[in-house]
Amino acid sequence: MSAAIGDGSHPREQRAASLLEAIGLGRRFRGLAAVDNVSIDIGVGEIHAVIGTNGAGKSTLINMLSGELVPSAGTVRFAGHDVTRWPQPRRARAGLGRSYQRTTIFGEFSVLENCRLAAQASEPRPWFVWERAARDWRGVAIATRALAAAGLADDAGRVASTLSHGAKRQLEIAMCLATAPRALLLDEPLAGMGAEETGRMLALLSELKKTHAILLVEHDMDAVFRVADRITVMVNGQVIASDVPERIRIDPAVRLAYLGNGH
Amino acid sequence: MASDGTGDEGIVASGVDGVRAEVGTLPDIGRREAGGWLVPAAAALAVAALPLVLSPYGQDVVVRIAIYAIFALSLELLVGATGLVSLGHAAFLGIGAYVAVLASGDSGASLALLVAMAMAAAAAYALVVGTLSLRTRGVYFIMVTLAFAQMAYFVVHDTKAAGGSDGIFLYVKPTLAIGATTLLDLGQRASFYYTVLAALVATYAFIALLLGSRFGHALAGIRVNEQRMRAAGFSTTPYKLAAFTVAGALAGLAGLLLAVKDGAVNPELLSWHESGAVLLMLIFGGIGSLRGAVLGAVAFTLLKELFQSEALLGPLASHWQLTLGLTIIAFVAALPRGLIGLGARVRGLTSNRAARPAPGGST
Amino acid sequence: MDTATFLVQCLNAVQYGLLLFLVASGLTLIFGIMGVINLAHGSFYMLGAYLAFALAPWFGDWFVTRLVVGVALAALFGYVLEWIFFSFLYERDHLQQVLLTYALILVFEEVRSLAFGNDVHGVTAPGWLTGGFRLGGLMEYPWYRVFASVACLVVALALYAVVNRTRLGMMIRAGASNRDMVRGLGVDIRRLYRIVFAGGVALAALAGMIAAPLSSVYPGMGSSVLIICFVVVVIGGIGSITGALIASLLVGFVDTFGKVFFAEWSGVGVYVLMAIVLVWRPEGLMKRGF
Repeated sequence: MSAAIGDGSHPREQRAASLLEAIGLGRRFRGLAAVDNVSIDIGVGEIHAVIGTNGAGKSTLINMLSGELVPSAGTVRFAGHDVTRWPQPRRARAGLGRSYQRTTIFGEFSVLENCRLAAQASEPRPWFVWERAARDWRGVAIATRALAAAGLADDAGRVASTLSHGAKRQLEIAMCLATAPRALLLDEPLAGMGAEETGRMLALLSELKKTHAILLVEHDMDAVFRVADRITVMVNGQVIASDVPERIRIDPAVRLAYLGNGH
Repeated sequence: MASDGTGDEGIVASGVDGVRAEVGTLPDIGRREAGGWLVPAAAALAVAALPLVLSPYGQDVVVRIAIYAIFALSLELLVGATGLVSLGHAAFLGIGAYVAVLASGDSGASLALLVAMAMAAAAAYALVVGTLSLRTRGVYFIMVTLAFAQMAYFVVHDTKAAGGSDGIFLYVKPTLAIGATTLLDLGQRASFYYTVLAALVATYAFIALLLGSRFGHALAGIRVNEQRMRAAGFSTTPYKLAAFTVAGALAGLAGLLLAVKDGAVNPELLSWHESGAVLLMLIFGGIGSLRGAVLGAVAFTLLKELFQSEALLGPLASHWQLTLGLTIIAFVAALPRGLIGLGARVRGLTSNRAARPAPGGST
Repeated sequence: MDTATFLVQCLNAVQYGLLLFLVASGLTLIFGIMGVINLAHGSFYMLGAYLAFALAPWFGDWFVTRLVVGVALAALFGYVLEWIFFSFLYERDHLQQVLLTYALILVFEEVRSLAFGNDVHGVTAPGWLTGGFRLGGLMEYPWYRVFASVACLVVALALYAVVNRTRLGMMIRAGASNRDMVRGLGVDIRRLYRIVFAGGVALAALAGMIAAPLSSVYPGMGSSVLIICFVVVVIGGIGSITGALIASLLVGFVDTFGKVFFAEWSGVGVYVLMAIVLVWRPEGLMKRGF
């Protein structure tokens, strides 16, 4: 591993095969380049964190990866397919899951139903209207497993809106897991969490990375440096550095643009 | 209970009974209404018994209410279950009615044929309107659905084929026959009464079934958080379009029955006053509840009868639009959750309480 | 169709389109800034027409004065209406807004019925605008229609000037793209809403006053204009004045020439146009913005 600092060029053979790849992604909004020539990739067995100041383009990037925003330039590849023009539901069904910065759970439903409904997406059976959703044993089983993995097994019967903030973020992850993704795009999963909840979430992520490829957008620097295998730093829509945490920590360009003093 | 998990046998089998016991008490969508099936069933029986005590005029009112209840239920599927506010639903009512009359011609037609044609025509228009309207959201959607209903209004109002502004008469009411034997003649008051009641029960049961299915749960998910549904892998537009089309077809059924009841159709059936009225029924009864839709139809129809009744209100009756308008404003402002919401408040229940209390604290 | 007839129809189309623009601009502003869907907007158009009828005996041939007085009254009415009714609608969901404004239509219709009855009334054009000018051979194009188009054009330009060149206009444009931000900047948002609403009412009423001699004054005139305005807003994009102008003219042409070529089916033409726009550009011709 003798890559030069800041250009992210690890010899490919020495990394897990990349599952999700973005090449030269760009997005303009009426003349303003929110994202400019960003290339990034993630593979199973690693957590790749993306950090940057506000307005750096992280949300736009994640939206282009998930399929919610069509790029102005560049391509996105997932599991060998060119998915640049695929809408989000199609990417989700292919195994690309996503969690949101603002909690997007179904507050009215029970915790279990939240996950069961997510699981239904992979076997929707919409025409079989005589089959009760409540008897969807497959969905319930998948949901139960997902909740257990996210640490919410005891709360299955609760109405989702009554969960604590941290638990709702866990539910967000559980719903992702219920769709049996291979890659996860996590947008600030730690937002608003206290120390204990953060620890639990990081432990969960470390466990998940063994079987999934994870892209993590986060502001919590401590957490990022604890758990990430690679870090990409974005400023003003461009990548200024992409490397292992130790080298990012001492990279002068990164310190200048973003980290300031400390770290 | 046989296991029907596919491919997940190992996981399903372990602890499956524990899981299923939980599902038995699962407040999945969170809407457990008081009394379950008993209340609607009892109500249906009560209505079935009403001809014993009601005058023919009274029975007419009941039939009218029942037809509008079907109309309201069909819209409930769109507004309450899927969260799509349509201001053009009367178009499907009107199309069903017009097709029924046109297909009856001079010598009447089979009820089965008319039901099929009315519902198919309404569904076809719903499919077209839905495909175009669902390209928009929110307020745009409301305006576009209104516009397409207005388009249908103009077609029947302006073209000679549809009878113009006077409408068309239904000369012979439909019958249901096998061979030479007439099983049902809708020209008979009793037959018609029970046919409409049966149609209402069937519509109610069908929509209830739909809402409890995976399709129905997906609609609920789309209503609560469409973004999350898409992120999970649901292509949401086909679901919405299906709901729109089914709602249109059921409105067509109501239209057919209305045409048979009145013996005539006119373009005002497709007017936006009609579309507004059915939305009002939903909000009077309470959005998100099938019982509410029926209750709303009852409340709105009776209220309109009341306000237009000279016997009860004297000279005020001719200004019923004023009293109705003010009542609507007062009602919507004070009771946004409708009569069902009032009932829930009185019972001290909110509509989505978990069946079991949460053990311990959250993690 | 000979040239003269064609020209007349074009002029009619432009005149109808510009009149529509006045009403639609009010609607799109109110929706764009306040986020309220207002079914009663057509009633303001009707209000204008009935005002023209009611004020006629007092002002005779002083037509422009009558217009100014009518517009002032309408603006005042709009200001008060926003204060006592519409300000309570902003927090409510679209369904409730629809139903509450629908109820308002019922109330207005009844008040109109009580005040003016249900007959169709005529309003005569002022003496100095009667007659017309010759357009090739036998056609005579009425001066009043020319006046109507010019008046609407003047208002459209004034609207453009206000929206793009004044501080008020700046706040309106800002409010259209980001309501919360404008509030955060310390603008008295309630007064802004009240002014915008009064302006919208005034525009619609002015259109009604101008239209009164052309289309007579009758019950239900509000509803027909309203739905066409909805179509205009869908085609042009919510919140966009430019979009409303382009869309109004488009609708004017489709409707006018539709009547000429398709007689029975002319009422449908506008909706077919809307359907085409939906297929091609569902967010409206101008999307968001001015």
